[in-house]
Amino acid sequence: MAEPVRKQPRSPVPVRETSIIGKPFRRVDGRPKVTGTTRFADDLDIPRLCFMKLSRSTVPHARIRSIDLTRAREIPGVLGFLTGDQMPETFGILPVSQDEHALCLDKVRMVGDPVVAVAALSEDAAHEAALLVEIDYEPLATISSLEDALATPEPRVHEDARGEGNVHKAVSMEFGDLDQAHAEADLVLKDTFFYQGNTHLPMEQHSAVAVPEDEDRITLYSSTQTPHYVHRALTRVLGLPASRIRVVATPNGGGFGGKSDPFNHEIVAAKMALQLGRPVKITLTREEVFYCHRGRHPVLMTLETGFKKDGTLTGQHLKSALDGGAYGSYGIASTYYTGALQTVTYKLPAYRFDGVRVFTNKPPCGPKRGHGTPQPRFGWEIQLDKAAHRLGIDPAELRLRNLETEGAVTANWLKLGTIELQRCIEAVVEGSGWRERYGKMPEGRGLGIACGSYLCGAGLPIYWNHMPQSGVQLLLDRSGGVAVFCGETEIGQGSDSVLAAIVAEVLGIELADIRLCVADTDLTPVDLGSYSSRVTLMVGNAAVEAAERAKDLLAKAAADELEVPTERLVFASGRVFDAADPDRGLSFQETCIAAEARFGTLGTVGSYTPPRSPGRYRGAGVGPSPTYSYTASVVEVEVDSDTGIYRPLHVWIAHDIGRSLNPVLVLGQVEGSVYMALGEAMMEEQEFRRLPPRRSRALVHKMPSMLEYKSPTFCDMPPVTTYLIEQEDPRGPFGAKEVGQGPLLPVLPALANGIFDAVGVRVDQVPIQPFMILSALAAKHRRFGPDSFPDVNFGETLAVPTPMQGGDGKAIDDLQARRRSGMASTTGTMTTRDEALSQHKKLTTD
Amino acid sequence: MAGGITTLDLRINGEQRVVAFPTHHTLLEVLREECGLTGTKHGCELGECGACAVLVDGRPVLSCLALAAEMKGRDIETIEGLQESNELVPLQAAFADLGAAQCGYCTPGILMTAKALLDQKPDPSRKEISEGLAGNLCRCTGYHKIVEAVEWAAAVERGENREYDAETLWGATEPGLETSLETGPETPTDGSTD
Ligand code: FES
Ligand code: FES
Repeated sequence: MAEPVRKQPRSPVPVRETSIIGKPFRRVDGRPKVTGTTRFADDLDIPRLCFMKLSRSTVPHARIRSIDLTRAREIPGVLGFLTGDQMPETFGILPVSQDEHALCLDKVRMVGDPVVAVAALSEDAAHEAALLVEIDYEPLATISSLEDALATPEPRVHEDARGEGNVHKAVSMEFGDLDQAHAEADLVLKDTFFYQGNTHLPMEQHSAVAVPEDEDRITLYSSTQTPHYVHRALTRVLGLPASRIRVVATPNGGGFGGKSDPFNHEIVAAKMALQLGRPVKITLTREEVFYCHRGRHPVLMTLETGFKKDGTLTGQHLKSALDGGAYGSYGIASTYYTGALQTVTYKLPAYRFDGVRVFTNKPPCGPKRGHGTPQPRFGWEIQLDKAAHRLGIDPAELRLRNLETEGAVTANWLKLGTIELQRCIEAVVEGSGWRERYGKMPEGRGLGIACGSYLCGAGLPIYWNHMPQSGVQLLLDRSGGVAVFCGETEIGQGSDSVLAAIVAEVLGIELADIRLCVADTDLTPVDLGSYSSRVTLMVGNAAVEAAERAKDLLAKAAADELEVPTERLVFASGRVFDAADPDRGLSFQETCIAAEARFGTLGTVGSYTPPRSPGRYRGAGVGPSPTYSYTASVVEVEVDSDTGIYRPLHVWIAHDIGRSLNPVLVLGQVEGSVYMALGEAMMEEQEFRRLPPRRSRALVHKMPSMLEYKSPTFCDMPPVTTYLIEQEDPRGPFGAKEVGQGPLLPVLPALANGIFDAVGVRVDQVPIQPFMILSALAAKHRRFGPDSFPDVNFGETLAVPTPMQGGDGKAIDDLQARRRSGMASTTGTMTTRDEALSQHKKLTTD
Repeated sequence: MAGGITTLDLRINGEQRVVAFPTHHTLLEVLREECGLTGTKHGCELGECGACAVLVDGRPVLSCLALAAEMKGRDIETIEGLQESNELVPLQAAFADLGAAQCGYCTPGILMTAKALLDQKPDPSRKEISEGLAGNLCRCTGYHKIVEAVEWAAAVERGENREYDAETLWGATEPGLETSLETGPETPTDGSTD
């Protein structure tokens, strides 16, 4: 490696002296990735491997009358078939939404729903046979949109779902007294926004290889972000004990949330392998990846927010409506997430959230980078911009006046960690020349500012349990090498490098002396997966604990050997030595030998469980996190008011990272988030259309291909200036917080606010198309966006007194309400922790 | 299904090998399946993403759109042939060091396309790099680190002694904060020999 310029870390407060952490180092999987030797799932080849294809529904909503395999069977090389009745058990990522079948049982709910699986000696033969499967459908009315779903209770997409009609989930909660908050306000703004759905589009298509190991043991290699949850789903559907199923997550060729659900093709491949007694591979085509989806929910939302003359916030009422697609997926969590994090950036003394998610006959939505929070953040930050103009306050200043503070508990009972948002705002204001240029540039040029914040790991696991969210195990021996075992999954974000660097740092050895074994449910301690920006913080803390314990063991042995007290020992540069006399020491390997001689085989473990959150009301499970990251961004944009065509010219972005474990990797996450945000802001959309009447009027995907689904290319990216704002957060390993998702949030509203500064119009929806700008320029209100929010019954409102009101984290009528509804408490994220824990047995064995 | 098997003497990364494959199979399929060279990736198999790019007679070709049967006498280069013995070439080293490969799935296609670009144009501007790679999608990086890595590798290939840019490694300097610069040996990283 060429010698890079090294700078001292720039934190205004001293950071811990380190030798690897905090410096740019080559990621541990860097070399295999540039030599083509990383083994992704589809790269696996195993003797006797055969290939599987799925025959998928061509209609959006129908009952299956019959399936005819006669013609398909005639294709030479076909080995076997599977249909839904062979795997009748349901599954789904959330315990409360077990609404998927590995293959459709009696009805299909979207174009692309898998009905029959076929395995053959070659992929060509499997493909051909799948095309010849004949399925006879009895069509049902298609539920095509949010409005459709609300207006059409029958037919239900899910007949046995808990909600009413095609409403999957409705929720309503109020924290504090919103009427009073609005009454005290000098200005109340009410705005409606729409955020179109879009998809992850990871470059790697999902792929899985199932290998039967024995009559009733199976291994599944899969491109999944969550091997542990796949493990659980396989156990449930295959009916095998978890101890006989092994799931190995191969390095993911990008995930962004799109590989976080257990998928039907994974389960079917495992079943097929057990049936045929030979390894089975399935790799989805790009079109099929669009059917897997689980992407960003299309969200319509209304925000009604009160402001004092000086810009102080009095309260907010947020309503959101999510078009969920055909299955539950993470949708209930997504619904809560559209409301949960509105409170963690600015002081909001009173807050009300009403949310609803509906089922439609389209690919299911789920978690995409930012999970449920980019949509309300988009509305929120535009509304702040509008308020700043109405009140005559600079938009950056308005934000600074309302910042939340470290350690605060928000109106909805989220406990905050460190907050360096002020420095973030100052950095992008300074860097962009905001004070000199905002509102002062020639027509057609503008600057916009916005902020955001995100979780550093969901505080609660997806299913209730007493166990840690992350575990790390170390094996040391006389070689002087350290093997690190951990269930974490590398999806490109650098989790392998974080894990290796932390262990190497604590033990004072080099990365080359670390060997990793990750994401393997047989061999590694459980980590819940690469989602909710949890890995750096949770895996990192578990790794610190395991490594510190190893260090203690080694120190005892070295202290005896060197006759130096343990407190004086230093682990650095591959040695263990006396701080008072650095020449007096052992090599790391000699230390391991001494320790192995003294203690026998050497191993340690570490684990991490997030702290308990103070919220005790129903729904309090979504939103808590050990700490939160903060980001501010300014976007400069150029708009041609004749054509509506616009171009972002520069993005300044400052991210409160706590501490960068490796600044190169952190910068990569920030820039990747900016890129993905611009894609969503400018062009990406998951769109559907009806086929012409002579072809069934079926609702089909408008663009299930990479060419038609527009995403930014090299030539579309503006320059990005990134500031990493450091201030160690004691809750994170070496002070680190998340960076994978948060930086996406502010970029979209900053762009929209920049368009307003450039040409004085508001586009209150994304993606922002040139015609929208033109239409706003021609409109009386100089605005383009949705006008109204549908009438929705959100159900009874849960009233929760805020900390400021002296509340205790519980809802006022919590108990009575629950008794009335007769709700069982097995709903994972939806009940209070205490309730669930008291039912521990039932919950962890389901 | 199209019938027929073709047997060809293919030259891949300078090595001759006899390969038999279904005649209708693409170069992508034959490289990955018959030759076991799985370094070449696919993201669409429709010519839309660039993940499958390899070099044929020195020019980038989307291997998902090329028939293997047409490769007789052509010089095929894939990611597996890029490094020199056990050493990474500058393009590879820069991609690994600068975060130009995150998930690494687009990386082989981009590295091969970048190699062809530099072979043709040893001193490209940033704009020329972006335009030269515009047919390759990457969902992870936001592209800038890739452009910076290609720029750095081009300079090193031209014999210039160039360090990585400080802002590429550390981010921009927070306004108003003092920084101190120092040059020193970098911490050994993954033990590779480059
Ligand atoms: S796989 Fe060839 S261009 Fe996408
Ligand atoms: S590094 Fe993941 S797609 Fe480019």
